[in-house]
Amino acid sequence: MDELLREFLTETHESLDLVDSGLVRFEQEPNNAEILANIFRLVHTIKGTCGFLNLPRLAALAHAAESLMGRFRDGYPVTQDAVSLILTTLDRIKEILDAIETQQTEPAGTDDNLIARLDAMAEAMSQPAAHAGSLVYQVLERPLKPGEATLDELERAFRETPGPAAARPAETAPGRFVQSNDSKIASQSIRVTVETLEHLMTMVSELVLTRNQLMELARRQADTDFKQPLQRLSNVTAELQEGVMKTRMQPIGNAWQKLPRLVRDLSSELGKQIELEMQGAETELDRQILDMIKDPLTHMVRNSADHGIEAPAQRLAAGKPERGTIRLAARHEGGHIIIEVSDDGRGLDTRKIRSKAIALGLAPESELDKMSDAQIQRFIFAAGISTSDTITGISGRGVGMDVVQSNIDQIGGTIDVKSVPGQGTVFTIKIPLTLAIISALIVAADGERFAIPQVAVKELVRVRGDGEHRVERIKDTPVLRHRNKLLPLIFLRKFLRLGDPAEHESGNGFVVVMQIGQESFGILVDRVFHTEEIVVKPLASKLRHIQAFSGNTILGDGAVIMILDPNGVAAAFGSARSAGFSTDKSAESEAQAQTAKKTALLIFRAGSPSPRAVPLSLVTRLEEVDARSIESVGDRHLIQYRGHLMPLICPGECVRVRESGTQPLLVFSDGDRSMALVVDQIVDIVEEEFEIEVSDRRPGILGSAIVKGEATDIVDVGHYLPLAYADWLGSSAPKRIRRHLLLVDDSAFFRNMLVPVLRAAGFSVTTASSGQEAFGLIRGGGAFDLVVTDLQMPDMDGIALAHALRAEPATAKIPMIALSTMPTADMIDRVRRAGFHDFVAKFDRQGLIAAIKEQADPMTSQAA
Amino acid sequence: MPDTQSQILSSEYVTVMIGSQLFGLPISRVQDVFVLQQITRVPLASDDIAGVINLRGRIVTAIDLRRRLGVPADGRGGAMAVGIESEGESYGLVIDAVGEVLKLGIETAEPVPVNLDERLKRVASGVHRLDNGLLVVLDVDRLLDLKPIELAA
Repeated sequence: MDELLREFLTETHESLDLVDSGLVRFEQEPNNAEILANIFRLVHTIKGTCGFLNLPRLAALAHAAESLMGRFRDGYPVTQDAVSLILTTLDRIKEILDAIETQQTEPAGTDDNLIARLDAMAEAMSQPAAHAGSLVYQVLERPLKPGEATLDELERAFRETPGPAAARPAETAPGRFVQSNDSKIASQSIRVTVETLEHLMTMVSELVLTRNQLMELARRQADTDFKQPLQRLSNVTAELQEGVMKTRMQPIGNAWQKLPRLVRDLSSELGKQIELEMQGAETELDRQILDMIKDPLTHMVRNSADHGIEAPAQRLAAGKPERGTIRLAARHEGGHIIIEVSDDGRGLDTRKIRSKAIALGLAPESELDKMSDAQIQRFIFAAGISTSDTITGISGRGVGMDVVQSNIDQIGGTIDVKSVPGQGTVFTIKIPLTLAIISALIVAADGERFAIPQVAVKELVRVRGDGEHRVERIKDTPVLRHRNKLLPLIFLRKFLRLGDPAEHESGNGFVVVMQIGQESFGILVDRVFHTEEIVVKPLASKLRHIQAFSGNTILGDGAVIMILDPNGVAAAFGSARSAGFSTDKSAESEAQAQTAKKTALLIFRAGSPSPRAVPLSLVTRLEEVDARSIESVGDRHLIQYRGHLMPLICPGECVRVRESGTQPLLVFSDGDRSMALVVDQIVDIVEEEFEIEVSDRRPGILGSAIVKGEATDIVDVGHYLPLAYADWLGSSAPKRIRRHLLLVDDSAFFRNMLVPVLRAAGFSVTTASSGQEAFGLIRGGGAFDLVVTDLQMPDMDGIALAHALRAEPATAKIPMIALSTMPTADMIDRVRRAGFHDFVAKFDRQGLIAAIKEQADPMTSQAA
Repeated sequence: MPDTQSQILSSEYVTVMIGSQLFGLPISRVQDVFVLQQITRVPLASDDIAGVINLRGRIVTAIDLRRRLGVPADGRGGAMAVGIESEGESYGLVIDAVGEVLKLGIETAEPVPVNLDERLKRVASGVHRLDNGLLVVLDVDRLLDLKPIELAA
């Protein structure tokens, strides 16, 4: 194709998109002279260039549209009809352009009817009565950028440019004018084909590889003269890489350009009033990624307009403004871009999604019953789900969000949804800035090296069978005790089926602690090497189906290695795939509240036919001991355990200590003391949200709950501790006056669990089941020396309680300790700012006691 | 340059040895032949995939022709590879040894025997009678179509 024509096509396509969105804005702000001037400039350029390239159909259309727009400039009111007509004209222009692209000439045909309509409308507007109206005086509100023409010049150019009516061929003035204008702009920026950039990028990638190779060689030689120039080369390469990456960056607004027009068209088609707000359009990201999110974004905006926003009457009835809003927002966060698509419409219909999910067999009803609304809403990402009853031309066919999710998956991003009935829906997309070069940790298993993307790696822990950190097992599930939490583990050897199956579960090596969204897990590898910048190369089509890998790369030493996909590994845990990151603060705390309600329970059998359970986090260790090593003293049983004698307790009458074979034990430790519960069988570990019935009167049982569809007794560990050591609770109690502590938690289960612990620490304990109740107790004159409160509670949560107490002088100084199951950095920060003295993980009994003692000591010194 | 007539009647083949059998690959599909150096296994991949290799800065998928054709491994061979391209991707077909290029006409051509091993039959497009044995012509596209064979196996 003619170089000039090609350039014209690219440029015109871009201009038209700008005119599209410009007009939609102009329709809403008819007095904005700047927008009008911009539209003029663009349409004018199109018209001028068309004349120059001898494209009469386009020139005629552009001229007619321009004449009509000239009326707006003259101050005639901007009507929706007129804008619609111009938009139709622009669509026609685009059609012709597409045809030119394939056929290289203007297609045959006539636009007379369209031009006639444009002319007629322009004519209708030029009625003298209207003409008397205000003539908008045009002043640009900013200094001209180099290359821009003043409005006067533009005006003159506009007048001097002949329309096709003048029937003059293109060899005259307009062409020259346009050219000189072009060359002025050209001095600022130049057009480079994507191909050239891609090639540059490939070369830089190769350079990075070669640099890595050289560095690798230099690493092996102790002292060479190459070191210094190599370092320099390395720095220059890094800068070059950054520079080239920058050329690939484009504002996300480029992907949004078509949306204002889309929303406008949808509004009139659906008879709704919709406003589109865009924030952060200047946020830049890699063009490859930009291309891939364009369609998903368009789809989501379309969904919001069609399903989300209600009809005006419905909105008014719901007490909302007639005009609905769809908001697009983009921002950088770390190495990621966060894009939010939100609307203030009716929200997702959880009930409907639920019944669809059942109909499609996505989950059994019993499981859905246990799910929170947020979990059910995630089903919209499943194939075939549509909550729209009617299939419209716009959406509702049930193909959609699953495609959106898979598109976003492909670029290593995540998507999450949050919806409040009647208030709207927010989709949050998190995607990496660039795909090409990432920082990766190189690890090895069974002699094979693999790369793990550094973004997902939180830390490394060395594990050894006899070391401080070691792999422990619950039934067959490997876990690692890590920062007061149990971290599920996966053996890389076993996961990738490497080498001899007998060596799949070696407990020696390193645990790479990974975090994806709210989920943490560990990957056990044999060795860990250095971190390296790697150039991600896509997998061959024959390997693309392997979930475990996201790509491959060539290392410094020339070897090809596979890049592990953290999402793929996480999926192997079979846990509910984390649908994404919530960046919104409230979404985060909601997500935390969700997990807070979930408790990991260890299910076991002991005596009774019904299963029993104990919170997993209370259990220090699971042991299987040789029954013969159990010693009995009278009716008490003891065992040598780690250099101490550990008492064994039978929970209930009918549990018998075995006399031969192995005996499973649940070990509980507190400081240097341990005791073990004798059980018949360890059944399972489940993580569930459960309601506990606390009415139980049996000793040693807190109550019962339905776990996995079975009535399960929840064992009260606090009851058995004093049975092991008569002084267990008394020992750590300071022999001072009892201090009064208020424990606030909405869960009866946790209150019951913590009270014995706190009593043991020497406090007299009062409990409250809500923030309001606690606040009432304190204001009602309850003299408390210390408040320990859960953070996640309905209505008044822990933070609100702290604010309320801090606000009153009488209660402002009471020490407060926050409890949470999910301490995150952000949460800790909020807690500090709310005036808490300390923050403890809910199950960290030792941490809690230490924190309480720390608070108790300053209290005595203050009192003295 | 061969004239049109002989193009139809004869074709050139790169001959390769796998086990004790001679095979022919259409020369038009062969990009290059190279000595295999370092090969990286790809866990969880199909058995026919030997791994991935770095071929002058490109990552190439290596297909183990022994496995692919059901020739039992004998601890030898697999030292060479034939580079081919298909649908914009590069592959290396791992073989034991490469021989000369043969120009064979229709006069020696035979259809694939009906009783040939199923795995071979699916990827063979014909057989040539040579003085010193038989040459099985392989269809490159069918060689790369890993799925159906997997299902059949």
